[in-house]
Amino acid sequence: MSETGIDGGAPLLTVENLVVDYRISRKVRFRALKGVSITVGAGECVGLVGESGSGKSTLGRALLGLAEASEGRITFDGRDITHAKGAARRKLANDIQVVFQDPYGSLDPTMTVEEILAEPLQVTGTPKAKAKATVAEMLDRVRLPGDAVHRYPSEFSGGQRQRIAIARALVRRPRLIVCDEPVSALDLTTQATILDLFIDLQRETGVAYLFISHDLGVVRRVCHRTSVMYQGEIVESGDTHTVTGSPTDPYTRRLLLAAPVADPARQAERRAAWLGLRESA
Amino acid sequence: MTTAPFPTTLAPVKRVSLLRRFMRKPLGVTALVLFLIVVALAVFAPLFAKFDPNHVDFNLVHAVPGTDGHLLGGDTAGRDLYSRLLYGARTTLWGALITCVAGLVLGVPAGVSAGYFAGGTVDKVCSWISDALQSVPALIVLLVVAAGTGQSFPIMMISLGVFLAPGYYRISRARAMSVRREPYIDAARVSGMTNGRIIRTHMLRAVYAPLVVQSALTAGIAIGMQAGLQFLGIGSASTPSWGQMMNDGFINITAFPIILLWPSIILGVTIATLAFMGSTLGDLISVRAEQPTRKLRAKARQVMLTPPAAADLPTRQTSGMHAHSVEGCALRVDNLRIGYATKDGGVKEVVRGVSLDAAPGEVLGIVGESGSGKTQTSFAVLDLLPAGGTAVADGIWIAGKEVGHLPTAERAALLGREIGYVPQEPMTNLDPCYTIERQLVEPLHRVHGMSKADAAKRAREMLVRVGITDPDRVLRSYPHQISGGMAQRVLIAGAVSGRPSLLIADEPTTALDVTVQAEVLELLRELQQEYGMALMIVTHNFGVVADICDRVVVMKDGRIVETGAVERIFRNPEDPYTAELISASLDDVEGRHELDEAWSAGPTGSAGPAGHSTAHAGGEDGAR
Repeated sequence: MSETGIDGGAPLLTVENLVVDYRISRKVRFRALKGVSITVGAGECVGLVGESGSGKSTLGRALLGLAEASEGRITFDGRDITHAKGAARRKLANDIQVVFQDPYGSLDPTMTVEEILAEPLQVTGTPKAKAKATVAEMLDRVRLPGDAVHRYPSEFSGGQRQRIAIARALVRRPRLIVCDEPVSALDLTTQATILDLFIDLQRETGVAYLFISHDLGVVRRVCHRTSVMYQGEIVESGDTHTVTGSPTDPYTRRLLLAAPVADPARQAERRAAWLGLRESA
Repeated sequence: MTTAPFPTTLAPVKRVSLLRRFMRKPLGVTALVLFLIVVALAVFAPLFAKFDPNHVDFNLVHAVPGTDGHLLGGDTAGRDLYSRLLYGARTTLWGALITCVAGLVLGVPAGVSAGYFAGGTVDKVCSWISDALQSVPALIVLLVVAAGTGQSFPIMMISLGVFLAPGYYRISRARAMSVRREPYIDAARVSGMTNGRIIRTHMLRAVYAPLVVQSALTAGIAIGMQAGLQFLGIGSASTPSWGQMMNDGFINITAFPIILLWPSIILGVTIATLAFMGSTLGDLISVRAEQPTRKLRAKARQVMLTPPAAADLPTRQTSGMHAHSVEGCALRVDNLRIGYATKDGGVKEVVRGVSLDAAPGEVLGIVGESGSGKTQTSFAVLDLLPAGGTAVADGIWIAGKEVGHLPTAERAALLGREIGYVPQEPMTNLDPCYTIERQLVEPLHRVHGMSKADAAKRAREMLVRVGITDPDRVLRSYPHQISGGMAQRVLIAGAVSGRPSLLIADEPTTALDVTVQAEVLELLRELQQEYGMALMIVTHNFGVVADICDRVVVMKDGRIVETGAVERIFRNPEDPYTAELISASLDDVEGRHELDEAWSAGPTGSAGPAGHSTAHAGGEDGAR
């Protein structure tokens, strides 16, 4: 996969030397991102891996306009959106959407599924009948039955709620979805079905994903390219295949070995290798 | 499609509306009925009262109740008390309504906006105004307003609403502040909603419930204040009001005390009904899921204690098996069943006949998906089931002793001595109000009778043992000052400091990163070997099982589907469910690279590699 994405044209999203500071108090600032560069092509899935505090979620929030960039540039489809505010930012909702980690907190508990899914459409003034049809179509796309519309989020399991969250991200037919740890709160079997759903939806709609996760196994399953983040910097980037198969950076190697495999003999080897790395580190 | 097939319809759910739940509370219903009677009397006053409330009849002056059809008698000026009471109710309720609406209109939008933009200019200005209003003596200002406006009743009630608005403001602000960090608010912003729209929809919905409660209380306060003002002589003399009537009665309290009685009763009853309705609503709103009553819980307990009928036996007889003799066990559970009382008087059994055991020095894994009963099983061993849960077992042995039939106090005494416990969420299991030192030293001092100095020394040693390099800093810290991985180490140090023979770890690494997870597993393994403890680890991750366990128990829907040594289970799973769980781990599945190659080579372009999609079927349970 080339740096410019699947179709070989200019990348859909380009992030150059992005720096984000969080204000802890009046004087103290914490630099969450220390000059990060990344590209996402149209229809491509790019993974962002790292432990908590590595800044991977901050990068996602900066793209969505939920965190303020101090330096650097974010370009989407040729437009500079680094400091897009107000109406310009709201217009980006057509193109960039989000799926969060927490399937419990990401849906308003007081709204029915139909209200939740129709909301992004109402913002653009879509007529009611058309919104209804789109909602039905999206529920079908995420393999939820049509009678889900009149239910509240609390009446669904974690995996089903995540499907609703994915449907909400899709209703405006965006070109990029930022997926912030979308499967890490789910059971392993549910994780696998949701990951497959992400892949199917990408093939059906051509949407691009920036896929944030702490799990290299998850990233290997869905991502074309992967960047590994550590303490606010990208330490390794490349084809997922290469990054998860034969990583060159010592941190990536440690991260890879830390994830246990479901095979006692191989896991014993892995653990020994991981302990060896830990000693030398 | 590589995605699992999904049911075309969802299981029906039972929704109980707030009104229905309110109707089940006797106190709330009584209050509501009484309040509605007062409202009806006020609205239909002309129908119920035969006499003009302002008509003066000198024969009626100080008349006793029942005179000439005057139900409650007459007042000092010779007016019918009953009529005046009903027309007074109109004034009172109308005034309370004005006050509440004024308070809502002023307090809620300001509060929600201030909470949403907490720390901003709007918040600062509004909070300043709210604080200022609360520090002004309302009654005196109201008297000034009354004098300045010619005692206009609506203006006075609106002014009262202004003084009660801070109540609404504070509640809306607090609620909005707790909601604004929710991911769904971020999602709404990303979907292109303006701040104004988010405040009008999501934020207002979030504050709606507590506002209902607040309004009931505010109405009560408004009625009391109003009567107080009228008692002081504020308000038009031609409009009958309860406060005026009380003033009249108070002047003549020695000669005709009964005149004071009627307005006092109705005023007290009205305010009390509002207070009781408010508190009942408050109870209902704060508890989202309705709890079964004490009676239902006792009944469920009885049902659990009765041996299951023969017809039920196939689904309730014991599942799983024992690998060791009773004497040689650190833990042995024999035919454990756990049931919870349901709201409709039934029993929901979440664990239906489970037997397992673990020898000293052995690591036993309990694996299953959420809802399989694995955590409930560990809670039953700890004797820490949530309220409403009943555990019944043929026997529970800890360190070779039968403890299942011991009284609660003796079971509790085992905790910290024989049994150590490591929870799933490290952060919520440390008290944010105390330092780590206090939380580690206290149990050593109280439970194990060590002197404070010894306990402090031991706590520090334990922290060093669990791999904390700067124990003194950590001991001085509060939980929010340390990371999640560090907190989990602290909890492990606490759990093993009493040298238990059994350590129960409930999803100890689920909330942690893979790197921290590897560290914590390594630590648990080292400690378990060093102390020769039995370790029971509850997890949904077969990678964790492969890493640390000697034997595995696989649970599904409250029953054990398979028990066996780790190597055997992975090499040759007997139950298809075990095989499905193992294959759900993403270790050896095709990566995106291979998936895309297979996809573009495929004839229709819709089929993923078939062998693997079947393994992922049925991952999600139905709607709850």
